Amino acid sequence: MATVLPSRTAPGMTPKTRRRLMKTLLFLGLALGAVFAGAPVLWMLSTSFKSNGEVFQNPPRLITENFSLDAYTEILTNGAQLRFFLNSYIVAIAVTALTLFVAILAAYAFSRFTFPMSKTINAVIVSVQAVPPITLVIPYFGLVVGLGLYNTYPGLILTHMVFTLPYAIIMLTAYFNTLPKELDESVKVDGGSSWTALWRILVPISVPGMIAVGVYTFMISWNEYLFALSLTRTDDMRTVPIGIQLLMGQHSYEWNQMMAMSILGSIPVLILFLVFQRRFIGGLTSGAVKA
Amino acid sequence: MTTAPADPIVKPESAPPAEPAAPGPKRSSVARRLLPFGYLSPTIVLIVVLMIVPIVMVISYSFRDNVIVQENSVFAGLANYTDVLTDPDFLAAIKNTGIFITVSMVAHLLLGLGFAMMLNSPLLGGVAKSLFRVVYVLPWLFTIAVIAVIWRLLLDPSGVVNYVLNALGLIDQGVDWLGSPSTALWVVTFANIWSGYPFFMISLLAGLQGIPGELYEAASVDGASPWRKFLHVTLPQLRPVIISMAVLDLIWTSQQFALIWMMTGGGPLNSTEMLSTFTYKLAFSEYEFATASASAVVVLLLTMILAFFYVRQQRER
Repeated sequence: MATVLPSRTAPGMTPKTRRRLMKTLLFLGLALGAVFAGAPVLWMLSTSFKSNGEVFQNPPRLITENFSLDAYTEILTNGAQLRFFLNSYIVAIAVTALTLFVAILAAYAFSRFTFPMSKTINAVIVSVQAVPPITLVIPYFGLVVGLGLYNTYPGLILTHMVFTLPYAIIMLTAYFNTLPKELDESVKVDGGSSWTALWRILVPISVPGMIAVGVYTFMISWNEYLFALSLTRTDDMRTVPIGIQLLMGQHSYEWNQMMAMSILGSIPVLILFLVFQRRFIGGLTSGAVKA
Repeated sequence: MTTAPADPIVKPESAPPAEPAAPGPKRSSVARRLLPFGYLSPTIVLIVVLMIVPIVMVISYSFRDNVIVQENSVFAGLANYTDVLTDPDFLAAIKNTGIFITVSMVAHLLLGLGFAMMLNSPLLGGVAKSLFRVVYVLPWLFTIAVIAVIWRLLLDPSGVVNYVLNALGLIDQGVDWLGSPSTALWVVTFANIWSGYPFFMISLLAGLQGIPGELYEAASVDGASPWRKFLHVTLPQLRPVIISMAVLDLIWTSQQFALIWMMTGGGPLNSTEMLSTFTYKLAFSEYEFATASASAVVVLLLTMILAFFYVRQQRER
């Protein structure tokens, strides 16, 4: 397939010097990339330990005289800010649990049964991922108000599932497909139902796949912004991303607190990612490449 | 799937396979056929409620007036569409969105490919590799609200970006990056590039690791330079991943709302107005839900075109 054309040989350089040069260039490139990726994050971290008066100090310094955790204590002792975190946890955990449950059932149907319309239903589920949230948010507003779910947890939980469910079903179907059918057939031979086969055999051995799906689901819900902004009204129903924005107007730019809240708000996702990195990236790329 | 008829005398053409004629084993076969739909029922209900009904609703809103905020809506024909499509702000939003998504996609691809190739280099040890990978993935782990406030902090007229550019002699005085119409779109795009390249990087890294080593060995035997290997082995092998990532990225970036809303709100002077912020403002700032619905349907149609290319490309693979 790949045609390889003959090339000129390397100009007057021994393989050893050439290798050394390549290595220097590589590390130079890697270092530049690390500054590009990491410096803004480092600056956010540094700002969160400053007093607000020092944020735009000239010349800028990474660590200032008044290095302190004040911005964090401010956030963590403020009931209104803590409420944003509570709301985010409630919504994200509920979305993760419900998404996994519904997706397990659907993935089982796609993986273990042949039935009419399965291709069509699958295509519809895949296409949900492409529907723009801005198109959905207008009818969702009408629906949620009509159903009395405006400014409630169920309103947010239900609407977040439009993002999480398609991905979860596709991923779990792919995961179930890698497990031999003989496993669940053996339960049926012993007189067990397909329900038993699913929950007793398939689900317990699919834990790695479910972790990847669960982490991704949690992240999507934790980070969701547009629906949280449009479908809630009062501060006691707002989630962390909206809380960060509210901090921007409310205190006329308490930059140190905004950065502290941003870091506190990012910690759950950072921890989940670092702990499950391998499984997560593996699951994600297989999804992105195959789905 | 074939079911053996219970009565062998029945003529084959008069025995439709799904007829639940007799109780007993036949009923259980009907139950077995319905079983997958049982497992799918929560999904089907959710897809109907969360996608099919809302899309029907938004399309019907777009042809009416006085929707949502008033009890009685009236049929308005195509008036909402003519309003939207002749609005100079909407046309500006289309242009801005086009620039935003194309520049972002190209930069995501170049950065993602560059970083993935550096990480995949055999000259790099295992520890260094995982360390750099974590650093490079960092921007992707922050929610868009956080990315927006980070860049507002960095790009502040008296912020650290201006300080560094000033120290390097590239600018004379503090530039109000987000406050001036000539720069706002570019810095918003830059923030989006920063936050989105890791997804390309991760996928391309997986793609690179999947290229069989023999292809490179064969190229080496033929005396190919690293550049030629890249052009004639790496790129053709990555082509399918690159194309699908590029189309997916265009779709996702066109849906970006939070970043623009929190960095500029679409301003100054509409210079960063996107289709998403334009539609949002119509609906939730001006309560023009009918006009906003027409705009939302146009956005849906534009996305469908991109999605069509994506699906066609996936089929070809």
